[in-house]
Amino acid sequence: MKHILWLSLLIPLLLVSCGSVDLNAAVPAYETGVDPEGWVTIPAGEFLSGQHNDPVAIDYDYEIMVTDVTVDQYADFLSLARADGSIKIDGEKIIGFYPGDEFNGVKHEEKIDAGDWLYIPLDDPSQRIEFTSKVTFGAKEGYENHPMTMVTWFGARGYCDYYGWRLPTELEWEKAARGTDGRPFPWGNEILLNNANFYSSQDPFEDMSSFGSRTSPVGFYNGKTYDDYVTLDSASPYGLYDMAGNVWQWNGNVYEGMHYRFMRGGSKDTYDMDLRTWVRNNATPTYASPGVGFRCVR
Amino acid sequence: MQAIQARLTYLFRSTKGLILVAISMIAIETALFGMLSGPMAEFGVRDFVIRVFGMKLVEAEREGRIIILYHSIAMAVVAIETYMITGLLKMKEFYKTAVRVLITVGYLMAMVFGMGFAYWGHNWALHGLYIAGLTLIFFAGILLVVALWPWSKEVYQLDKAYSTSKGGVDIERVAFFTAGVTTLASVIFGAVPGSYFGNGFEVFLAENIIRIPEKTVMEYSIIGHLHIMLALIAVMITLIIGRWLDFKGILHKIAMPLMILGTIVLNLGVWGVVTPLEPIAHMVIYVGATPSMLAALMLVIFGFGKFIREGTAGIVRPTFGQKMAALVRDPLRFGPLWQMIFMNFTVSGIGILMAVRLDEIFRVWPAREERIELTGHWHVLSAIIATIILLYYGDIIGLKGKIRKLYGWSIIILSDLAFASVTIFEMKRLFVSEAEQQPLVNTVMYLIDFGLGMLLVILALVLIWRLADLFKKKGRWAEEQEQDDLSAEVK
Repeated sequence: MKHILWLSLLIPLLLVSCGSVDLNAAVPAYETGVDPEGWVTIPAGEFLSGQHNDPVAIDYDYEIMVTDVTVDQYADFLSLARADGSIKIDGEKIIGFYPGDEFNGVKHEEKIDAGDWLYIPLDDPSQRIEFTSKVTFGAKEGYENHPMTMVTWFGARGYCDYYGWRLPTELEWEKAARGTDGRPFPWGNEILLNNANFYSSQDPFEDMSSFGSRTSPVGFYNGKTYDDYVTLDSASPYGLYDMAGNVWQWNGNVYEGMHYRFMRGGSKDTYDMDLRTWVRNNATPTYASPGVGFRCVR
Repeated sequence: MQAIQARLTYLFRSTKGLILVAISMIAIETALFGMLSGPMAEFGVRDFVIRVFGMKLVEAEREGRIIILYHSIAMAVVAIETYMITGLLKMKEFYKTAVRVLITVGYLMAMVFGMGFAYWGHNWALHGLYIAGLTLIFFAGILLVVALWPWSKEVYQLDKAYSTSKGGVDIERVAFFTAGVTTLASVIFGAVPGSYFGNGFEVFLAENIIRIPEKTVMEYSIIGHLHIMLALIAVMITLIIGRWLDFKGILHKIAMPLMILGTIVLNLGVWGVVTPLEPIAHMVIYVGATPSMLAALMLVIFGFGKFIREGTAGIVRPTFGQKMAALVRDPLRFGPLWQMIFMNFTVSGIGILMAVRLDEIFRVWPAREERIELTGHWHVLSAIIATIILLYYGDIIGLKGKIRKLYGWSIIILSDLAFASVTIFEMKRLFVSEAEQQPLVNTVMYLIDFGLGMLLVILALVLIWRLADLFKKKGRWAEEQEQDDLSAEVK
């Protein structure tokens, strides 16, 4: 009898845990009204950086994208770059040239040689870029205005570089995210569920009982109401959106003695603590994830 | 008034009362502050608790809060182990009393004022009292190692069934002494950088800087400190359980020197991370961990053999089934040793896999995934130590019959269910992609919540029972007040 009781508890649990996830489940389509082609200028000057608000100066103005690069924008880039030979298709991978890093032989450091590196995998079920026509690239239906994900650091850098831009340094990113008053989140000192897309934030794009959390369109948290879902205007002091949550954002720094590349901002898959603007994550530059995207500076 | 005085005398002057108070304090703290994270945050319980208790949580201070939380719980655990050691081992009454007074006042100050400082605004007076509490605990530790001094004829071991030197020095006592001394030395590795970073409230969690190739001496010191303190708490509980089960014989004679060697080498390795020997420190740590784990294995073999022998005493040729039945007959005695075995699947095994395949597997994952693995790994080790204490405590308070079995098996099964689930959660990237992980994550989260939640319910029931008992004129507390010498209850 005891065995039957235990089995009756365990079997459903195992079945639930082995259930497959429908990665093509319909995604709600919302127009946010935020222009992903927009840029803002971050003025030169001091700001409070890091968890302990250390004063740091950036002595130049720079412009940064208002939103993350979208799937549509990345698809356009791939189409252009393929046409002019800037990228190559290698089986189910898009690859592109990277000039390599200096190798210092530090413990755990791996060589990043000059050569072709992975930009995006095309065969990953989470990939939102389609290449069905075999001529041009496009976004999967419903994801056009979502942040580009499943893109490696090389792919992110390649995008920015193609247009003569670059990835933001960690300091540039942080200043753009939190302004100069030392706030932990782009919009202020506290986080509410409707501020950003994070783990179990109960937004219209998540279903924690099946596929979990998914990205939201760029600029989604701008104070608008989508059907019954009310968002709070969560722009940074400079008017940037999605600087906390939705997707981690690749930063451009290449540090001596390590091949890891850093990311900021937290994502749809992380708890609110990782959305604090000073929190860092890192991964190998070939890492691609449904929770990692990027934006550029110039 | 006399009735209250009698209860306070039991709670703060008897071994079992002191252990009860410390377990209760940990339970209350765990129940309250456990509601601020994980699923409780998702359910909205965190916001409710913050509001009701008027907590002041500043985002930038999260790491500092967590560090004080860990310390206040750890100090109570250290106090429990100290009560057990002072109850099990021979020592002068003065030392026994002084150690207990200091550590009790110390951990209560650290817990109450530390948490007050961390979660209810920055009252620096509270911070000072928190540090004073930690200092008292350190001073209690100094007195404890003085009390444990093994090279005194009054504490020589004359029974040759135990590990002794030719002259009669009790090698097990030397093992306790070694663990005590090295604990005090290892405290310095936390205290110095703690003062350095803490004065400016500039704290960090070690798991957040693992991949940074250039770490400062202070950062290495913190990393070493947190690893060795947990390892030493584990060493101490292993020695305590060995004494409780009257560990002796040939295995004891081999195990105790191994435990001493392991403890010393392990410490040297960890301390080495702040020296130019850092590149080989990990190798030294592995070398030190091996004899310590072998010593624990010998305790397990001894204990299991003993349970089987005792359980099949009247049977001429016991079958395999009868032996197994004898082995698991008493979950409170079987449990601590089983948890030591189970630890190898959920902690040591994972740790070894990480060490061996770090660059090939774990460093390919994003840092956050590695962080989950690391924090899960040591949370499980801490919790396993806690379950071992609870199992021993079940015996101390004299649980008998069905209640004993229910309490013991519940702790073993529920905790192992939760720990196994944590392990699957930590390692999920080995067998499921990020995009497809949610059903697995849900399942293991339910199991973790169920296992740990029910465990806390059982603990709460025991504590409610003990609270109710205090209202009885001649309750169990009155009996326990007379049972101060735990060595008289060695099994």
